[in-house]
Amino acid sequence: MNEINLKVKIGNLELKNPVLVASGTFGYGTESADFFDLNQLGGIITKSLSLRPKMGNPPQRIAETPSGMLNAIGLANVGVEKFIEEKLPLLKKIDTKIIVNIAASTIEEYVECVRILDKEEIDAFEINVSCPNVKEGGLEFGRSISKVAEITNKVVASTNKPVIIKLTPNVSFISEFAKVAKNEGATAVSAINTFVGMAVNVYTRKPKLSHITGGLSGPAIRPLALAKVFEIVQNVDIPVIGIGGITNFEDALEFLIVGAKAIQVGTHNFVDPSSPVKIINGIEDYLKKQNLKDVNEIIGSLQLS
Amino acid sequence: MMFQTFAQVIDKKILTDQILLVTFKSEELTKDAKPGQFVNVRISETCYPYLRRPFSYCDVEGDTFKLLFTIFGQGTKILASAPVGSKFDVIGPLGNGFSFNYDYDNAIFVAGGLGVAPFPFLTRVLSNKKNIYTYIGAKTKDFVVTYGLKNVKISTDDGSIGFNGNVVELLRNDLEKNIFDGKIKIFGCGPAPMLKALKLLSEEFDINCEVSTEEAMACGFGICQGCPIELADSSGFKLVCKDGPIFNVKEVKL
Repeated sequence: MNEINLKVKIGNLELKNPVLVASGTFGYGTESADFFDLNQLGGIITKSLSLRPKMGNPPQRIAETPSGMLNAIGLANVGVEKFIEEKLPLLKKIDTKIIVNIAASTIEEYVECVRILDKEEIDAFEINVSCPNVKEGGLEFGRSISKVAEITNKVVASTNKPVIIKLTPNVSFISEFAKVAKNEGATAVSAINTFVGMAVNVYTRKPKLSHITGGLSGPAIRPLALAKVFEIVQNVDIPVIGIGGITNFEDALEFLIVGAKAIQVGTHNFVDPSSPVKIINGIEDYLKKQNLKDVNEIIGSLQLS
Repeated sequence: MMFQTFAQVIDKKILTDQILLVTFKSEELTKDAKPGQFVNVRISETCYPYLRRPFSYCDVEGDTFKLLFTIFGQGTKILASAPVGSKFDVIGPLGNGFSFNYDYDNAIFVAGGLGVAPFPFLTRVLSNKKNIYTYIGAKTKDFVVTYGLKNVKISTDDGSIGFNGNVVELLRNDLEKNIFDGKIKIFGCGPAPMLKALKLLSEEFDINCEVSTEEAMACGFGICQGCPIELADSSGFKLVCKDGPIFNVKEVKL
């Protein structure tokens, strides 16, 4: 009877706990199996998939920055077909929700990817309209209200599975994008993808990344991410999955208290691969110590006065 | 299998002003480690520096392993100042390691600067099986590290010790003089221009050659996709951390 409930619901998608791992920071889901029991996760969001395989950008793809890092991987991935053949069978063995992230360079490609994957045993889609590191698609879509609306509309029409739109913070008012995602039928939004950033080697006077700019992630962006999540939950009635520099249970709780229904651990998977399970345990301990029985009591419990 | 575990510093040796050899103790990180593999060390429990730092296994003996590094940035500064007894969160063993076909009589190690790092362990493993020759190139005599190495020949850029010139030229001279009896395999580790020169040399003399490559990386086990190396036929990339760091010179662009 002293069980603590960690289950949360995002639309019809029920998660055993609110801790997911973010796209692009957990490979195809099984690489971290040496470090902890993957069945403990609330959900796994795969590396972004495109219709055809992508090689990604040449080196240097990453650079360390204060309390974070820049990346310009360029959506390197095996493509939808190989994912279904080789990666998905392993993912399906894990007792957790499998959310497939899709990145495309045309609206038609998003729809085609979703149509193909819709027949598979996956639990939801996360639509990446916010990658800062590709020439086509990515931010060009994510910064346009009408494009985000059109992509959401067409993807939602192509599947009965929940559709989560992953938003970019590189806009003036992120809540306007969350609003169109909701209006076009998205189940939830993930906030946020990375901030566009840059670093220069002063000795060669060259950009550190071959792509010149990259996406900034890690603890450096956590307060920025939290403010974006706050902006959305204050203005739009849509479930938000919070992401941005989460490293421990307290970081995760900040997002939940502000109103995120769940969170994603991203860059910290590189630094401490077992951190998602530490965060799950940390949230449970916190609830016990606060004499709370349900994580939902914490969600949106921000005290503003 | 990879492990994420705490390894304790049990010894520190200052080899030169800036070069340290630190010994750690951990059964998990040593029992299956192979020469050419590496560990990824969490330097700080805070967020600065944030990313782990990768280091080749320099040597492994029982349940201890050694890391060799130059004090260069914030990460190595912290590692260098850690007292004996302190513990670090380390992931390993990572990467593929040198391959172990024994179809040769002479193992030639070619190291540029701190590129000597993986060779004491390889020397230990190959010692009773092969003739070992080690060629070290360094800027000056102050940067020469010979810990754990056998049959060492040295070149320096300023001629302050050994051959005045680069280490690949030094090896070329010996290959031209035909001093090696039997079949040869070259193992290289060092800066990119040295690896490139070694690739050309190995092609010219038709010698099997494996090199240890480097690229900026975060996770060290393939999930961040941050460390690509281009395939020789331009068909795509492999990952230095997972597919490497050891590659045959014919396989990749150097």
